[in-house]
Amino acid sequence: MSQAKLEFLDRSRAFWNPGKTQDWQDMGVDLVIDRREGYYLYDMDGRRLIDLHLNGGTYNLGHRNAELVEALRAGAERFDMGNHHFPALARTALAEALAACAPAPEMVYTAYGSGGGEAIDIALKTARHATQKRKIVSIVKAYHGHTGLAVKTGDDRFSKLFLSEDTQGEFIQVPFNDLNAMEDALRGRDVAAVIMETIPATYGFPMPKEGYLPAVKRLCERYDALYIADEVQTGLMRCGEIWACTKYGIEPDIMVTGKGIGGGMYPIACVLITERCGGWLKEDGFGHISTGGGAELGCIVAMKVLEMVQRPEVRTMVRNISDYMRAGLDQIMAEYPDFFIGIRQHGVVMGLEFNHEQGAKPVMKHLYDNGVWAIFSTLDPRVLQFKPGLLMTQAECEEVLRRVEIGVGLARDELMGARRRHG
Amino acid sequence: MEPQVRTLVDISGSPAALKGRADLVLERARWAAEIFQRYDRDLTMAIVDAVAAAAHGNAGRYAEWAVKETGFGVVEHKRHKNEMTAFPLVDFYRDEDFVNPRIDEARKMVEIPRPAGVIMALTPSTNPIATINYKILISLMTRNAIVISPHPAARECSVDAARALAQAAVEAGAPDGVIQIIEDPTIPLVEQFMGSPKTSLILATGGTAMVRSAYSSSSPAIGVGPGNAPVFVDSSADLSKAAKRIVESKSFDNSALCTNESVLITLAETDARLRQCFKQARAHVCDDDDVARLRRYLFHDRGFNIECIGRDAVWIAQECGIRVPDGTLILLAPVGQIGVEEPLSREKLCPVLAYHTVNSRRQAIAQARAVLRLAGAGHSAAVHTGDEQVAMQFAAAVEAYRVVVNAPCTQGAAGFQTALAPTFTIGTGFFGRSSVGENIGPQHLIQWTRLAYNSDASEPFGHYHGLSSGFSGPLPEAPADGVPGSNGYRTPSPSPRPSQDTLPGVTRDELRRMIAEELRAVLGK
Ligand SMILES: Cc1ncc(COP(=O)(O)O)c(C=O)c1O
Repeated sequence: MSQAKLEFLDRSRAFWNPGKTQDWQDMGVDLVIDRREGYYLYDMDGRRLIDLHLNGGTYNLGHRNAELVEALRAGAERFDMGNHHFPALARTALAEALAACAPAPEMVYTAYGSGGGEAIDIALKTARHATQKRKIVSIVKAYHGHTGLAVKTGDDRFSKLFLSEDTQGEFIQVPFNDLNAMEDALRGRDVAAVIMETIPATYGFPMPKEGYLPAVKRLCERYDALYIADEVQTGLMRCGEIWACTKYGIEPDIMVTGKGIGGGMYPIACVLITERCGGWLKEDGFGHISTGGGAELGCIVAMKVLEMVQRPEVRTMVRNISDYMRAGLDQIMAEYPDFFIGIRQHGVVMGLEFNHEQGAKPVMKHLYDNGVWAIFSTLDPRVLQFKPGLLMTQAECEEVLRRVEIGVGLARDELMGARRRHG
Repeated sequence: MEPQVRTLVDISGSPAALKGRADLVLERARWAAEIFQRYDRDLTMAIVDAVAAAAHGNAGRYAEWAVKETGFGVVEHKRHKNEMTAFPLVDFYRDEDFVNPRIDEARKMVEIPRPAGVIMALTPSTNPIATINYKILISLMTRNAIVISPHPAARECSVDAARALAQAAVEAGAPDGVIQIIEDPTIPLVEQFMGSPKTSLILATGGTAMVRSAYSSSSPAIGVGPGNAPVFVDSSADLSKAAKRIVESKSFDNSALCTNESVLITLAETDARLRQCFKQARAHVCDDDDVARLRRYLFHDRGFNIECIGRDAVWIAQECGIRVPDGTLILLAPVGQIGVEEPLSREKLCPVLAYHTVNSRRQAIAQARAVLRLAGAGHSAAVHTGDEQVAMQFAAAVEAYRVVVNAPCTQGAAGFQTALAPTFTIGTGFFGRSSVGENIGPQHLIQWTRLAYNSDASEPFGHYHGLSSGFSGPLPEAPADGVPGSNGYRTPSPSPRPSQDTLPGVTRDELRRMIAEELRAVLGK
């Protein structure tokens, strides 16, 4: 590590976040991202990494995608954040563009947050207003962000720390893929909404069982609860359609998109709301106020993102990348069957499962040493999040597979001892 | 109220947007090319045959559309060109294998075909559909992906035709994106495509500014420079036959092919008789006033008048105010000079033939060289003679890579009515500042990796026959976990269609003869 980096890390500990800074050093990942371009990150010491983390799809279209940089630059010649109290050209234009590609025809409104968590809070507040009920059901180890309401839907590690866990019995958590538990939670008809990541990301992408999500939606209908789809990670073409819930046949009542919608260039998050659920927007349109929510420059970038991900070429690319990566990963899995034991996949959303409690952490580290940045699942460290971008080239994918094969092998040896001979 | 998708900040003309769009199309093509390399020869040829069948079926429709859209050419001739570039083209190359390795026991070598990758094809307005058919089919034969940039004047019919072939290809099992077409081929956008490192090879046909910039892009390019074929009619020629053939050539699709004769050179001693023969062949021999009118019309102040391309002789005569008999097929324009002083010695792409008389064979060669120095270097030339010594001297002297003897140059140089390879892209070679001097065919879209053994006799050659070449076919479809019916792998196995019947026992020479006969039938000869 360079002297400059050592000094920088001291400053990072001193002025920014001592715990987080140190944790990465302890895990053997001394990354300080400096330059970034396309699917590449460059450490401040100059080392190149292929980015398969992409911050959960924030960089779907690559880092500093030139078209998005241009949209932001050109947008800045006319717009700024805008005044959030007034009807605004860009906010309405983005709302229309979202309505035109919404997963349900009745989704007419868009409310804006400045980030995913805030948008989740808006979604939950919207559901509470629409149903005049308080309870929210989420999935054990769901992750919807760390704002006031969102944090209560998730793992209590993040709420208890701040004495912000639910104490009123308003936030119920049920295991994923368990319909009985879901029905038990809803049976009392006192639930405002079920909030559901279409594929729980931070939990390591356990995949919904066939029929699970539609059955949850039916249960919601039966027990007068709303269905909120959190498409923050799964949306924007990563599963081969613009919204993954569509692939599972779901028409949600409320949908949240974030991360990638801002193209990694300007933070913005959106809540799509059906006519039926949007009552507060008429009753008191000032009900949720956010100065940065739906900043107009963000809207300009988001419109470009929507246009880009809906190009027909992108659809083919996503399919090729998914198929190609899968074929390659299957081969690697066959090389290390005692360690690399499963692949969860929907499109370019993938989780690689390892046969060890903390298996994804050494894999992450060895990939890092081999020039690939992919992160373990915070809430299930057996699983490595493997999330190639929408526009990856064949050469980049091949390069990733080559490095993953090496990294997985090294991680296996580290955890399970000297390489067994085979073949 | 219905939501509208509007653009508040339009960046579509910015370099970033143009490059972004080009990159996306090309990357999709690269993926397709990469997957296509997994295909074996049977599946490859099944795709080729399916696409040829679609091209054949659409020949008439697009011939009409092209003539309507561009105003160039003759529907019936275009239909025929479109058909020629379907089954006959494929059959011409059917016996050649561009997919499997070649094993050469004697030289202890194995040669493995390696497709170029992504072919960037510029297609002209004069032969839009035939060129599209041809370029797509030679790309598919060699398992390349292709991106077509149509000439803007033939954009609509080209886009429709290419889409139809793309659909036929994918339905037959080709990778998605193996055939794409740029729907709004503006110059800055096409320049992005051509300059991209994702483009493996530019295959440029046309006479436009775009072709020129193909050469100057940083990508490997094979292209036609413009044609401007000189034709020498020697005193030893059968003058009547020569005149007939030249008229047949010039009137075929109204000279919209770049291989058509542009300047006729003959000897003073044959001048009068040759003019007579031309009149009999339904050519109009212009007088001085006619020539002045033609010159003014074809080469106005702003340069060459593209209005006249592919128009028939009567139409052009009318436009110029020249009186010609009905049924006139070509206009013969006697010119006293060749070179910069005489615009009519340039390429014309219409049934107007400059006609120049010289005093000797030596002078004929000098003038023919001058024609090609002016324009059309490396392209085509023709000679009509009964004396092989004359043919030899002429061919060795002119800077053209094909010299057609006693045949219509339009068809002959393009491989119809001669044994040259049938093509819609004429390599103009070193003379024309291009890399290939032959008629372009599939062989130019691949290169070979050569496995070469130690030639020492003590080192034995391996047993390569029957070795698996690693063709694994289309990529298996990755599962979308939890989506009904998508668990586990789904391998798309397009049932290889029964390959298009090659006519049993037909040799290539016979095929050529059949093609020639069909052409003659079209021409009513
Ligand atoms: C599924 C999901 N929802 C919501 C969020 C919260 O988004 P933000 O971090 O922008 O507040 C995240 C962030 O990781 C997420 O993965």
